Amino acid sequence: MIDLIGYGAFFLSTALIFAIITLGLNLQWGLTGLFNVGIAGFVAIGAYTSAILTTPDTPDRIGGFGWPILAGWAAAMALTAAAAGFTGFATLRLKSDYLAITTFGVAVVVQLAALNAVGLTGGPFGVAFIPRPFAGLQSDPLAFNLVNLGIIAAVTLACYLALERLSRSPWGRVLRALREDERAAISLGKSARSYRIQAFAVGGAVMGLAGAVQAHFIGFIAPDNYIPTLTFQVWAMLMVGGSGSNRGAVMGAVVVWAVWIGAGWLTSALVPVDWQARAASLQIVAIGVMLCLILLGRPQGFFGPRRGRGME
Amino acid sequence: MSLQFLLDGLISGAMIGLGAIGVTLTYSILRFSNFAHGDLMAWGAYAALVAVGVVGGLAGPIAPLSFGLPLILATLFAMGFTAGLALLLDWLLFARLRARGQAIIVVMASFGASMALRNLLEFLFSSSPAYYSRALQIAQPVGFGIRITPDQGALLVMTVALVTGMHLFLTRSQRGREMRAYSQNPALARVTGIDVSRVVRTTWIIGAALAAAAGVMVGTLVQIRPLMGLDLLLPMFAAAILGGIGSVPGAVLAGLIIGLSEAAAVMFIGAEWRAGVAFVILMAVLLVRPTGLFGVTER
Repeated sequence: MIDLIGYGAFFLSTALIFAIITLGLNLQWGLTGLFNVGIAGFVAIGAYTSAILTTPDTPDRIGGFGWPILAGWAAAMALTAAAAGFTGFATLRLKSDYLAITTFGVAVVVQLAALNAVGLTGGPFGVAFIPRPFAGLQSDPLAFNLVNLGIIAAVTLACYLALERLSRSPWGRVLRALREDERAAISLGKSARSYRIQAFAVGGAVMGLAGAVQAHFIGFIAPDNYIPTLTFQVWAMLMVGGSGSNRGAVMGAVVVWAVWIGAGWLTSALVPVDWQARAASLQIVAIGVMLCLILLGRPQGFFGPRRGRGME
Repeated sequence: MSLQFLLDGLISGAMIGLGAIGVTLTYSILRFSNFAHGDLMAWGAYAALVAVGVVGGLAGPIAPLSFGLPLILATLFAMGFTAGLALLLDWLLFARLRARGQAIIVVMASFGASMALRNLLEFLFSSSPAYYSRALQIAQPVGFGIRITPDQGALLVMTVALVTGMHLFLTRSQRGREMRAYSQNPALARVTGIDVSRVVRTTWIIGAALAAAAGVMVGTLVQIRPLMGLDLLLPMFAAAILGGIGSVPGAVLAGLIIGLSEAAAVMFIGAEWRAGVAFVILMAVLLVRPTGLFGVTER
């Protein structure tokens, strides 16, 4: 029973970290209509920034400054926002596809740097000994898991409330106006490019924060955590939840993560050992097909507001 | 210093260029960047692998190449198969989303399709690499310290033939003129009675067939893996943009530039940073000259 609660807390913590990433994506895509295929890259920037700044001193790697965790999180947000802002600056005066291609490139390059800049990122072995909040409780796994769940839930709630407020603010109204009728918004004197760069940077900051929170939750990061599958899962979460709705983003993250874990559990229970690697790829095929079916059949998602986001 | 990296760059540039033709045509005519293009390439390579397995006993390799008639036939089959796959995808997915008029949704669907296609390959063939032939090839010196294998020579000739044929088709044939007209002004093209669905079909067939040819080329000279298309996707996008969207000669030239730059990076910086070259070039083009080498200013 205790095990079950512990596992439930762990599951929910992971799902909520995904929910934070999805909230960031919802600001970029759902509210502003900016397509980001490099989510994994931005999450990785946040995770590595915080990890490098907060870990204890290590001889074979730059970093290990031993900063407090919260300072690491703030730096992660700032650096990811800067990276996202620059990506937007370079591409948002061009056609929307160029942003997509460039973010794809960002993810490739971040992955490359994580693997090869051994002196900074630890290379394929990653960064270990990332301080975990309330590490003193680690001897009692249940309490430790619950406290961590509490922290992550608090961060998720804070992001949710902040983004809700932002999207209702005059700033959020401009973003919506730009998405619905760009010409009308521009004729009111709003600079489309500048607002979009801001939205992309803020969304990036939220993703970076999620990466940092996850790094400190697990205590260890490696390049393998930030492969394109992550990007893909987050997109599936937003599409299931319903883009444009923050509530949908959180619900979608929890539901898709539950389905993902359930499917993984089923394959490991039912499929013979030699076939499990292959069955895992079939799992991704299923999510890909699902994403396409949602785009075709129910572009407004399942948990968003009744009114669609103006697809027609 | 060995000049061998020039030849290596030329070869990988030819692969990138062949793939980039499809990317640039899809972008200029169907108006979306197709993230599944690399996976069409991988599917082409695996289709040829299966076909070689079926007809492999027909004839031995043509000396001094590592392959013979079976792989040539298999390549033709793979080009047809991949074209069919692309048409099927268009009918199932892209055409329906295009009809709704939101271009970026189509991009996203191509992203989902790419994930599904790639992992389906991994499911069917597992992620371990495969080869058309295990034969070893001796590289022949051609001067300046450069050596070339017979396979590399033959595939470079094939690339030149395909690109020339493609260029003649687009500039001299009626169908090619229709495609260019449609890419420049869809509304006007429709009014003048151009059969739009035929233009769309032709675009998919050409892009997918060339992707399959490039896939077989990668498979012959390097290896066949489910991830081979994903690894080439960023260089192909960068080549399409550097060459100028819609320009076939531009895409090929830019492919060669990127291939040579990658080879130079391997030579002078280190092989592990190779994959970053395309991104650096992409960013430079977007910041300095977003229309690319041969592009026209966007309306």
